[in-house]
Amino acid sequence: METSIDLKVMDGIIDRYETKSSAVIAILQAIQEKWRYIPREAFPKLASRLGLSEAQIYSVATFYDNFSLEPKGKYVIKICDGTACHVRKSIPILERLRGELGLSRIKVTTDDLLFTVETVSCLGACGLAPVLTVNEKAHPAMTPDKASILLAKLREEEHNVA
Amino acid sequence: MEVKNRGMAIIDGMPVEIEGERNLLELIRKVGIELPTFCYLSELSIHGACRMCMVEDKRGNLAAACSEQPRNGMEIRTNTARLRKYRKNILELLLGNHCRDCTACGFSGKCKLQDLAMRFNIAGVRFPNAMSEPSVDASSPCIVKDKSKCILCGDCVRMCEEIQTVGAIAFSRRGSRMTIGTAFDIPLAHSNCVGCGQCAAVCPTGSILPRDDTGDVWRDLADTDNMMTVQIAPAVRVALGREFGLPEGENAIGKIVAALRRLGFAEVYDTSTGADLTILEESKELLERLADGKRHAMPLFTSCCPAWVRFCELRYPELMSEISTSFSPMHMLASVIKEQYRDVFRQVRHVAIMPCTAKKFERSRHEFSRDGRQLVDHIVTTRELVRMIKEAGIVFSELESEAVDAPFGAMSGAGVIFGVSGGVTEAVLRRVSTDKSPTALRRIALTGVRGMAGVKHSSITVDDREVRIAVVSGLGNAAMLIERIKAGEERYDFVEVMACPGGCVSGAGQPYAPQAQREMRGRGLYSADKLCNIRRAEDNPLMLSLYRGLLKGRTHELLHAHYKSSVQRTSITIRIRRGKPVSG
Amino acid sequence: MSLKTRDDLTQLRLKCRDVVKAGGKRILVCAGSSCMSCGAEDVFDAFTKALGEKGVACSLEFELEGDRRAVGVRKSGCLGLCELGVLVRVDPVGYLYTCVKPEDCAEIVEKTIVGGEFIDRLAYSKGGLLCRCQDEIPFYSRQTHLTLKNCGHIDPASILEFISVGGYSSLEKALFEMAPDDIVQDISRSILRGRGGGGFPTGKKWEQVRRQKAEKKYIVCNGDEGDPGAFMDCSLMVGDPHLMLEGMIIAGRACGSDEGYIYVRAEYPLAVTRLRRAVEQAEELGILGKNILGSGFNFRININRGAGAFVCGEGSALTASIEGKRGMPRVKPPRTVEHGLFNMPTVLNNVETFATVPIIIGDGVDAFLKHGTAKSPGTKNFSLTGNIENTGLIEVPMGTTLRQIVYDIGGGMRGGATFKAVQIGGPSGACLTEEHLDLPLDFDSLTRIGAMIGSGGMVVTDDNACMVELARFFMNFTQNESCGKCIPCREGTRRMLEILERVVAGEGREGDVELLLELADTVTHTSLCGLGKSAANPVVSTIRSFRSEYDAHIRDKRCPAGACQKLKRYSIDPVACKGCSKCSRVCPVGAISGKIKLPFAIDGTKCVKCGACVAACPFKAVLAA
Repeated sequence: METSIDLKVMDGIIDRYETKSSAVIAILQAIQEKWRYIPREAFPKLASRLGLSEAQIYSVATFYDNFSLEPKGKYVIKICDGTACHVRKSIPILERLRGELGLSRIKVTTDDLLFTVETVSCLGACGLAPVLTVNEKAHPAMTPDKASILLAKLREEEHNVA
Repeated sequence: MEVKNRGMAIIDGMPVEIEGERNLLELIRKVGIELPTFCYLSELSIHGACRMCMVEDKRGNLAAACSEQPRNGMEIRTNTARLRKYRKNILELLLGNHCRDCTACGFSGKCKLQDLAMRFNIAGVRFPNAMSEPSVDASSPCIVKDKSKCILCGDCVRMCEEIQTVGAIAFSRRGSRMTIGTAFDIPLAHSNCVGCGQCAAVCPTGSILPRDDTGDVWRDLADTDNMMTVQIAPAVRVALGREFGLPEGENAIGKIVAALRRLGFAEVYDTSTGADLTILEESKELLERLADGKRHAMPLFTSCCPAWVRFCELRYPELMSEISTSFSPMHMLASVIKEQYRDVFRQVRHVAIMPCTAKKFERSRHEFSRDGRQLVDHIVTTRELVRMIKEAGIVFSELESEAVDAPFGAMSGAGVIFGVSGGVTEAVLRRVSTDKSPTALRRIALTGVRGMAGVKHSSITVDDREVRIAVVSGLGNAAMLIERIKAGEERYDFVEVMACPGGCVSGAGQPYAPQAQREMRGRGLYSADKLCNIRRAEDNPLMLSLYRGLLKGRTHELLHAHYKSSVQRTSITIRIRRGKPVSG
Repeated sequence: MSLKTRDDLTQLRLKCRDVVKAGGKRILVCAGSSCMSCGAEDVFDAFTKALGEKGVACSLEFELEGDRRAVGVRKSGCLGLCELGVLVRVDPVGYLYTCVKPEDCAEIVEKTIVGGEFIDRLAYSKGGLLCRCQDEIPFYSRQTHLTLKNCGHIDPASILEFISVGGYSSLEKALFEMAPDDIVQDISRSILRGRGGGGFPTGKKWEQVRRQKAEKKYIVCNGDEGDPGAFMDCSLMVGDPHLMLEGMIIAGRACGSDEGYIYVRAEYPLAVTRLRRAVEQAEELGILGKNILGSGFNFRININRGAGAFVCGEGSALTASIEGKRGMPRVKPPRTVEHGLFNMPTVLNNVETFATVPIIIGDGVDAFLKHGTAKSPGTKNFSLTGNIENTGLIEVPMGTTLRQIVYDIGGGMRGGATFKAVQIGGPSGACLTEEHLDLPLDFDSLTRIGAMIGSGGMVVTDDNACMVELARFFMNFTQNESCGKCIPCREGTRRMLEILERVVAGEGREGDVELLLELADTVTHTSLCGLGKSAANPVVSTIRSFRSEYDAHIRDKRCPAGACQKLKRYSIDPVACKGCSKCSRVCPVGAISGKIKLPFAIDGTKCVKCGACVAACPFKAVLAA
């Protein structure tokens, strides 16, 4: 999918930070917050303004898990697979969600760009394991069935909006 | 300035004096122990990633020698049973993730991994090979990159970033998914790679290699309709011999000429002849600038180094007009040869033996074509020539020296020293200096243009005007100098830039040699210069006949290029390290 | 309002105390990450609504002026008993309600706030013990709260509440009563050891940075708590952000630094919000900034968010990340105290360590030394999770035994299951077993048995947990998080994971354990950074304590805990099976066949052990062994 990016908006984002190479992570975070991923078009602009090469920015962007170079879904579902969640069976939840959405470890976002399913190593809510979050909102003590219900609810909401 | 580290250390039971070594590894190597490493190169920052150079102290603590300070009273062992086991394990782990088709690898016999695997007697690998399929980027005319042979030591990345400040390649992703490549893994040819090939020069395995074009050359040589001509660059003659058992830095031009004739070349020339033309044309440009009465904010930059020209084109397009329009020596000579044989243009093939990978890119530039054909048909690097000689079964050491051919067989010593950083400048100074006495030659040599330093300054007086000159090698040093000129901190009339640290003797097409050996190559060129009876380009009688003959009224057409920068200013700027220049 | 002198702060504190004293009842809704995920926000809203409906005046934030009889409703920091969220505390009586739902709020307002009654239904009640007040609950009464003393008792979003309970008085003392050397000396004398895992003496670190002559020095707080299963630092940052800020400012004063960075894990958005707010408030009051309280000392704090890389918890990787680079650790020397952030001398401590500093300075070294053991004084926070009755956040003196933690505080195994092991220290840690139950937990005792306090994650497992699978889980984590720089960690962990995956899938080979141990030895001793050096710990410790489980997987293709999916053997109970064919219809490989209304059977040679039949069977006739 082609996404055209308003480079003026991008400049505006970069302007909020000091234009030095140490700000690159914060700027990438801000870009990702705006577009839900880091568009490829951002790279030449970032490179010329930060005094880095595109390869160097790509290097930083691919090092950190949080950065996505592919568009993400409207609903990002993160299943916690921290130790506490893992020992309380978080993987079956993950498998259920992937199964229902036709996703896998490699394909993490649905074609309609509605759902992204990924794991996260710990959300810090271990007391109520297993936990998953939908766009940062946490849902405690999940089970595969509860996850299915949640998914159905999200789909319904989406349907109502549309 | 830090006080030099001194004292005594005991290495494998031997007392060793610490004499300011920067790290324990240097100290250990000083006593003749070749501690294995993949990621240590003295000119680059300490990476400490291969863990092969670990040593053990008295209490059984381990430390990587490359990042440890030698300390007085230190007692270490470099070869305990434990260390050997760990090294073997590391090698086995590397081999488990590495293409093991050694026989079909262009770096076989030179490969550090292969060498260490043999040294440590790795008899088998207990892990399934995760990297058996090649993953090749052959888009660049200069280098070929194969990820399946990469051990991720990062030498290339640090070279590209720290010394050249290009940053065309970097680590991407992390952990076992980590690779080295361009942004979004685009082909190198579409990246900001300038083709200097220094990444290949430092790669310990065959993961980055200079492109091999010998197949095309063999094909042309086999075609009897072709008239094969060839030129040999200055730096080649002092680097090739060692591959055949001659001492490093020994001038082997005579044997190279003989070998090329045996390979089937009809006419063999010396690029130094072309260098003489470059000197004359470039000096003219300099003198014109000095005389035009304008105050130039920017100096005249040399144009001999194609990686530098490409770097400038990508990073400083606004400076392209300040680069000398004179052809590089290679194209000077090629242009003259092709003009000479104009009538049989279609049959004449011209090959250039170069120490350089970027020349392969320069060759293909549209500025260097005439009548729809490139002036140079093939570039063969020193490494490739070594292979061709071996392939042909020529016993190099037994060859009798031969001389280059007429009609372009005359060259000056000034043209020979082009192969080392500062050589172009010295040659130009010999030309523009009004003092033509023999002592003037010595004086010019002592103005500070010689040596392996990354940034050198010099000045001479021409017509009562001080001409300020800088000589830089390594693109990082070039970028630093340009930033300082732009900031008004420095002013120069003439700047020589060579992309490879130390100049063409360190070119990526040369067999790899550590810095000390590269210095020997430079010295070899300076003694070749001394042996020449002609020391100045303008004293070369061939020049006079050329200017009166085929160049008459056509120098502009035949010897100058106007780079049309098609490239937009993109992202290629990299932070410039201020402060100490990096020496080559 | 800006405080210009020490006296200004003292006056403000007195005023705040008066307000608290004169104030009426307060409802504290726990807003720790667990309670938040249980709907603390909704409970909070329900309280304000219920109070409004009852016509009771309520205040939502601390105000110096205002209706003093108003009932305060606050979101507090983590109360610790995460299992029973949403937790609600009613002050000043100290009642604690558990599992509060929005629909309970009206009742609490009516009965407790208005009527002064306790509601038994919402009380903590276990094993016949019903506790009204927080202090009566064994989970709390067996703990010692130093860094957590304010957590759950004040509104972390209010600097005034923090000041009212004595906050920033240690800073006052450090600025006006102590020379920088005195501070360093006190920290040294307190033997405060870094709470991030390594246990390096903090005083020594500070001393080294203090000694350096440099134009710039940095104080960096490591809030990149990446251990899966650990959330202590998160709780501190969310529940009492000013306490660690105070510690950082004191560190700046002691070491001659004027700038600090807090590096917060990206997965903790609430911590980032709270810290940002806390820094803003401190700046407004003149507790951060130029000429703090007129002392002439300047200090500012930046907040950087991580971007998802566990390795950034390692010091040099963390500073690289702040510098905008890949978070790859670098070789040492030079050490962080000499060439740290931006190549300048840097004090790098974690959240808990900085939070302990004001306690040492405020209460005095001697008071601090009374807690814990001689070589590891003070307390340590742990997150207690897994199959245990009371999961949550705890703080105990160093030297507390595992038994006390698991049984006294944790309330024992959930549902009376059999204790098997405690995994401590996350992916860098090890498994403690039955034999370690009476081991006093401190840095040295754990190091001695090849474990590590790590940042303090504790996961309790019962006999349903497969230790090989647990080792695989951690290795998978480490392998994913390895930065890839050094060969032993990058390639070694990958191969170890490969072997472990093989073993849990029933494809283990004779000699795999030995190969694992050999690789572990190389990885442990040759890796570049702490992550790599400790990566093999979970494998080595499980092999040491549970070798027989490995052997059962490899030789008998059997998982003694019955946890490894691939090693399960499925069969159909012919008596229970009604022959409905549901199982055969969901089987992806056609391994189940039979005639309708007659018992079906599973062909073990075709079965891929996916478990779909178990889920599909309405009669529980599919058995897994």
